[in-house]
Amino acid sequence: MKEIIIDGNSYKFDPGQTVLEVARGNDIDIPTLCYSEHLSITGACRMCLVENKENGSLETACTLPARDGLEVETDNDKIYDARKTVLDLILSDHPMTCMTCEANGDCQLQDLAYQFDIEESSYGSKKEDRFELEERNSFIVYDPDKCILCGKCVRADSELQCSDAIEFSERGFKTKVAAAFDEGLGGEDSSCVFCGLCVENCPTAALSYKPARKKGREYELRKQRTTCGYCGVGCQVELNIKGNEVIKVDSVYDDTAPNPDGEMCVKGRFAYGFIDSPDRLKYPLIKKDGEFVESSWDEALDYIADNLSRIRDEHGGREIGALSSARCTNEENYIMQKFMRAVMKTNSVEHCARL
Amino acid sequence: MKEYTAIKELPYYEELDFYKKQKRIVLQNCGLIDPEKIDDYIEKKGYQAAAKAITQMKSKEIIEEVKKSGLRGRGGGGFPTGLKWQFAKDAEGEKKYIVCNADEGDPGAFMDRSLLEGDPHKLLEGMMIAAYAIDADEGYIYVRAEYPLAIRRLKKAISQAEELGLLGENIFGTEFNFKIHIKEGAGAFVCGEETALMASIEGKRGTPTSRPPYPAQSGLWGKPTNINNVETYANIPFIIDNGAEEFNKFGTENSSGTKVFALTGKIKNTGLVEVPMGLSLRDIIYDIGGGITDDKGFKAVQTGGPSGGCIPAEQLDLKIDYDSLKEIGAMMGSGGMVVMDEDTCMVDVARFFLTFTQSESCGKCTPCRLGTKRMLEILERITEGEGKKGDIEKLEQLGKVIKEASLCGLGQTAPNPVLTTIKYFRDEYEAHINDKKCPAGQCDALKGSYVIDEDHCIGCGQCKTVCPADAITGKKQKAHTIDPEACISCGACAEVCPVNAISN
Repeated sequence: MKEIIIDGNSYKFDPGQTVLEVARGNDIDIPTLCYSEHLSITGACRMCLVENKENGSLETACTLPARDGLEVETDNDKIYDARKTVLDLILSDHPMTCMTCEANGDCQLQDLAYQFDIEESSYGSKKEDRFELEERNSFIVYDPDKCILCGKCVRADSELQCSDAIEFSERGFKTKVAAAFDEGLGGEDSSCVFCGLCVENCPTAALSYKPARKKGREYELRKQRTTCGYCGVGCQVELNIKGNEVIKVDSVYDDTAPNPDGEMCVKGRFAYGFIDSPDRLKYPLIKKDGEFVESSWDEALDYIADNLSRIRDEHGGREIGALSSARCTNEENYIMQKFMRAVMKTNSVEHCARL
Repeated sequence: MKEYTAIKELPYYEELDFYKKQKRIVLQNCGLIDPEKIDDYIEKKGYQAAAKAITQMKSKEIIEEVKKSGLRGRGGGGFPTGLKWQFAKDAEGEKKYIVCNADEGDPGAFMDRSLLEGDPHKLLEGMMIAAYAIDADEGYIYVRAEYPLAIRRLKKAISQAEELGLLGENIFGTEFNFKIHIKEGAGAFVCGEETALMASIEGKRGTPTSRPPYPAQSGLWGKPTNINNVETYANIPFIIDNGAEEFNKFGTENSSGTKVFALTGKIKNTGLVEVPMGLSLRDIIYDIGGGITDDKGFKAVQTGGPSGGCIPAEQLDLKIDYDSLKEIGAMMGSGGMVVMDEDTCMVDVARFFLTFTQSESCGKCTPCRLGTKRMLEILERITEGEGKKGDIEKLEQLGKVIKEASLCGLGQTAPNPVLTTIKYFRDEYEAHINDKKCPAGQCDALKGSYVIDEDHCIGCGQCKTVCPADAITGKKQKAHTIDPEACISCGACAEVCPVNAISN
């Protein structure tokens, strides 16, 4: 049996696994910032450095393939010094605005600073912003000054959403993430569909949901998993609720869900305003004397049945059409057209998604 | 009758000091043939090695011969070429690629350029042999767009070789097919790193990726790929033609053959030199290079380009090969050799080289993107007279982590100039930080006010005339004085003083 030695202990592994995967699978803590099990591996942040005991070199656990007999250490002075220096460098270019930051309490960078006990970068903290805030659209705010260039947003956008709307632009110290021609996510040439997966993957508050800004932070929010009601796919989503108001919608990561990597569309992510809308329909309405009047379900269904039967009998089924909704399931839509064709004797069926 | 005695006195190449200790294998034809005529190259036994390899040798035999030759990558890494070819040969795959790294980016280095411009067919021949050895049928030359003449000549060489059937299908009547494309780089230094280079050929952003997988397993477009630099390929025809043993006669045990260096800086004979490995720095600088300009004192030599290291005078007798350079913290690199004289400020040199690597960092990994930036800020502070206690230790600590933690060769070597200058010239750093003095007198902010030696001053008044700050007073024929408050340390007075009585 093939085994890898981590911190002196042997572990079995599956072919293709990395050192990081084996370590995490065995509850060995290795810090990461750019790694995500849902995305390809890039090895950019250098937080997951471990020591390869074969030659004493530091290698990133996320890119190092496990192999038989490989011996690594995940925690010693050399590793600690390297990781802390990397973190120190990231913090030297990150504004110390946790007090007012959207991600406070839900920030991987903050967590690591706490773990490595860095109150302020030894190179001095970032005093002035180097970039402009990008918020020319209605959904997503990008603050490049808070960006640590882990590239998760770029990969999520390219590999999961397949929009390829954002990429790194410029290079070196000036690197930032940008949409086409730096015109913003809502720019004319942008292919962004505002699925929000980039925000979901951001380890800091470089990307945040615009409608949720200043409405509450992680520890104030109640989480409720639910099924998105917008179409028949049945995406799993997580409502973030403060008081009795939905503040934002996060992804759910569940291999049994139709969206296992947290994928969502703009409706599921952002179109939750109807929940508390005062215009929302709560009862069936029947028009009486030119006015919509609240009624009971029994009365409404009787009214519909009576009138559909009457029209069919008096004028024939061809005088009746039905339009159903993309918010219904496939089965419901099937029943609708079957009912219309078989019972109402009409072929006039339509669906709102066929735009 | 007129006597043409002068002709007799003209020395042969080998008799010139500049050439005496050189051995030209790679540059053998440069300057002697017309690079735009394939016939010229063929006349110099060109393409005979390829013919031999392709018609008489099995790929295994070729790889064994290259292994035996001990040839190591001339791009700087020094990885054994034969072994690299073996990996690519052993990799499974129908389609394989050959890539030539001609993205020569080190400032002051133009070894590859000379070869591309002076003897392009030698590269094509080397690539052909490599392609045949690893079963590749397509090759790319990634060459800087800043080398227009090299590109023009390469294109011409390729079309000439195609016309003669040396490139294309059924080469030498065999089943071996090979074509070569040229890809022009857009000037990013990091694209000299092999994974970034291949990303660039693929049309992606030129940033490096983690290895493994190595290019031999998954390279260009995910196919097994062999990538070497220009000089490495250019050594191949000689090895196949003359055999590994002949090649092994040059160089040292672990670094066989020759290496081309670009001599530059404060040295009398600048230019390209090709020497057997194992020659000492002293031989190169004093015998071939003719010594330091104006016969000043030698201070240091920077090898391996901006990511190499500064080697001090104590190491002048160091035998130049891959391992000895690495041992002292420098590196072979692609062969740049910048000579510095006694007037050079080593802190300023470190700052200069780091400015280059910092601006060329691709920005992908943290230590290189932010670490080199912070290092540079510290160096800038020191040269501006604002160095603090602890700066040297901070540079050392940060430099060590950047070397260990960076993703690619650029970051892993970027701190070298800083670390080696600290190692060998720590006193200069200390003088800048503690005494606020630049011993070499190069850092403007640290130049003190100028002083006139009253014993030597002849009272000519020239200094007073040129002083732009009216800081000099004194009567004719009497010793003059400089007001240190008013002096702006421009040095104009010292320049005009006929008796060298002014210093700072």
